[in-house]
Amino acid sequence: MLGQKKAESLCKDVLYRAGSDPIEVVLVFEDQSLTRFANNAIHQNVTERNATLIVRVLRGKRIGLATSNRLDGHGLDKLVSRAHTNAQVSPEDPDYPGLPGPAEYKPVKAFDPHTAEYSPEARARAVAQGCRLAWEKGLNGSGTFSTATHEIAVANSRGVFAYTARTGADFQTIIMSEDSSGREHGSGFRVDDIPIDSLFREAIRKAEHARHPREIASGEYRVVLTSYAVEDLLNMLNYHGMGAQSLLEGRSWMNDRMGMEAMSKLISIWDDALNPEGVPVPFDFEGVPKQRVDMVRKGVVTSPVHDRITGRKMGQTSTGHALLPTLRSLGPMATNLFMAPGSSSIQEMIRTTRRGLYISRFWYTRLVHPRDCVITGMTRDGLFMIKDGELAYPVKNLRFTQSYVDALANVDRAGRDTRLLTNEFGGYAVRVPALRINKFRFTGSTV
Amino acid sequence: MKTLIDRALNTVQMGGAQYADIRIVDTQTETIRVKNGVVESLNASESIGFGIRVLVDGAWGFSSSHDLRPEEIERVSRESLVIARASARVRGEPVNLGSPVTSRGSYMTPIKIDPFRVSLEEKLDVLLAADREMDRVETVKIRQGNLIFIREKKWFANTEGAMIEQIIIETGGGIVATAVAEGEVQTRSYPTSFGRQQVTAGWEVVSDWDLSGNAERIAYEARALLTADPCPTDTTTTVILGSDQVALQVHESCGHPIELDRVLGSEAAYAGTSFLTLDKLGHLRYGSDLVNITADSVRPLGLGTFGWDDEGIPAQSSPIVKNGLFVGYLMSRETAFRLGKVSNGCMRASSWNRIPLIRMTNVSLEPGTWALEDLIEDTDSGIYMETNRSWSIDDKRYNFQFGTEMGYEIKNGKLGRMLRNCTYTGITPDFWNSCDGVCNLKHWTMWGTPNCGKGQPSQIAHTGHGAAPARFGNIRVGVYKQ
Repeated sequence: MLGQKKAESLCKDVLYRAGSDPIEVVLVFEDQSLTRFANNAIHQNVTERNATLIVRVLRGKRIGLATSNRLDGHGLDKLVSRAHTNAQVSPEDPDYPGLPGPAEYKPVKAFDPHTAEYSPEARARAVAQGCRLAWEKGLNGSGTFSTATHEIAVANSRGVFAYTARTGADFQTIIMSEDSSGREHGSGFRVDDIPIDSLFREAIRKAEHARHPREIASGEYRVVLTSYAVEDLLNMLNYHGMGAQSLLEGRSWMNDRMGMEAMSKLISIWDDALNPEGVPVPFDFEGVPKQRVDMVRKGVVTSPVHDRITGRKMGQTSTGHALLPTLRSLGPMATNLFMAPGSSSIQEMIRTTRRGLYISRFWYTRLVHPRDCVITGMTRDGLFMIKDGELAYPVKNLRFTQSYVDALANVDRAGRDTRLLTNEFGGYAVRVPALRINKFRFTGSTV
Repeated sequence: MKTLIDRALNTVQMGGAQYADIRIVDTQTETIRVKNGVVESLNASESIGFGIRVLVDGAWGFSSSHDLRPEEIERVSRESLVIARASARVRGEPVNLGSPVTSRGSYMTPIKIDPFRVSLEEKLDVLLAADREMDRVETVKIRQGNLIFIREKKWFANTEGAMIEQIIIETGGGIVATAVAEGEVQTRSYPTSFGRQQVTAGWEVVSDWDLSGNAERIAYEARALLTADPCPTDTTTTVILGSDQVALQVHESCGHPIELDRVLGSEAAYAGTSFLTLDKLGHLRYGSDLVNITADSVRPLGLGTFGWDDEGIPAQSSPIVKNGLFVGYLMSRETAFRLGKVSNGCMRASSWNRIPLIRMTNVSLEPGTWALEDLIEDTDSGIYMETNRSWSIDDKRYNFQFGTEMGYEIKNGKLGRMLRNCTYTGITPDFWNSCDGVCNLKHWTMWGTPNCGKGQPSQIAHTGHGAAPARFGNIRVGVYKQ
């Protein structure tokens, strides 16, 4: 780790080298380690230390960017020089509102020293135990176990300085037999919060129960989705429409639905980067403090997330959702999503379903049409027929083509427990319940 | 660099590594993005670092850092040994790499014009000119253009005596017109989808692409698609796929399932496994007699073209499907040894901070004999589909569904009405066995896929796919009902 003092010193060094031109610097410093296993053995085991410095120089309304991972004096000189050169030749940017001024940030707790020091031996021990369990059952264990530290600093020539450090831990396993699989996933900023042994055992149980799947016809089914499947619904709705830029460009599912009750009253979705139940971070990549944004409130579509560019265009203020300057084309994006829990357990959802499908997760989902967020993808790692309130038998994976907006309009039960899930190194988090959806369209099957 | 390399390899050998390799990679990238006449991004990027891969007690360890100071080289070298020893606690069969690799030499992508010597003004002019052309068409709400130039300089050395230096240069570019009206959104891209075509070449290819010369056309097409008839739904028909869509079909339904590490289970935790299990090699009828697929790292322009892979194996060409029969995999030293074979040089790492994995090089459908106009004339009834819009496939690479930006109905040998929201679906071997026409070399293009994801942690590889338009019979289309 660099530490706050060194991060601040580095940012000041860059600002100084820029001279009198307005300048912003974003520093990301990471130590990331990942142990990967397959066929009940560790086959890949990696670690990485990297820095990313992004400099944005303004010459009036002209903007130049440069990026480097060199922290030495010569590297910093080159970095600033390239950003200056780019600013000189770039045409004026009428959309960019200039650099923000200083702000105050709420303190967050997202750093765990034990996670930061977690060793390859400790990861190997945890993996060894689970692989032994799988091997004893004649099953094939695969997965990943990662730990990481991230430091983010944002500074600019108007006096902004923001710094945060967080840790991330993520564990996933897929256990396979010849014709079935089960998957479990746990994440958080504290490695000890992840119940690795339980996750291994549950994945093994699922794989065993999913053996000898039957073929069924595609068509419309009532479905019970675990939180792993709901994670995909939320991610796709986010990526394809919860940022204001997609709304401005007319390609968001929110476009025709703002202010309307487009989803079930059980559905509330918000982004809250300060919530300790997620992976907290106090500011965005412009140094703007994070705010909670309610995107859907009891089924009513309310608001997208903003950065300073979209906020200005739509007469709003930034909600603190700017991504890295090099990702400007994506627009603002939610990165700490929550979906409201309900009052059911998954068992109750199954028990009260006469006929339907229990879906563990979705896989390889892609956008088919943006305005209704129509997605196609496959089920994976455990698909079961529900008959008369019980999991009757496992089923071969199906392909679906379904509007995710319509799916959430047909939710009639939400789970009372939620699960925190992050991407592999913890830079993006969702906390979601299970859901029951009255109709979901399957359009094909695999062999 | 030699001093750093020697220091690292000596440290790990003294520390007990039975094999080690090191890659030092210095990558310069220039990206320019224009949207609706505004230069959204003009970015010059540099990334330098090194990664050390070691085998200790038959198990792998890998450590990497951006910091090339001698003390960091020492730390990372020792760390790689610690990681390998941790891996060895949960080890399967000990890794065997087969015969030593002692390659020595250098390689540079052949280019005519160094893109890094072309002025930024000239590059901006190309994109802004294309933007102005697209701006002529109302209802095109989003006009995008981008250029990308990459110079990757890398050094590879191993404890067996290999020492290689390579400079790989890539040029990419493209434009996208998105029309929006009354709840409908339609996109047209050029030269291909998702922002750009990309090849190993210099600035010279940008003039070949003629972005501004095609800009108004794609804008009009995007507008026309808003009110075009939707693709017929839930029916089966003959489909002719455009060259770039065939390229993606090859990538998803052939390129990935032939990755031997995937076949052997290494990717089960993420992308999945493969239906091309070992018993099928030499036996499975993957496609019709007209289907010939090759993997190579030697063809000009290919994103998978280089001098040596990231294990020091020389660039080469391997048959994958021969007259429809499945005959080859993409291999590494370790996986090839398990089959009693020698690696065909497909280990590639996305950067210094990632281990090499088996990745596609250039996986191409060889050209056939048809002229496209003759193939269409030969088709009584069907749909011509062009330029990918969505793609999805299952974890064994069997069931797929693709969507294209544009389609045309074919009736009595002629292209007829334009169709929007075209989708088609199938099962991989059924699909390729239905191939009854492949166009000739005149219609064959080396396409670049610069966004192929694999591995944990994730790696994005640049892969090449040569393809010409091809015809497939009895394909289910129109999965999406609007």
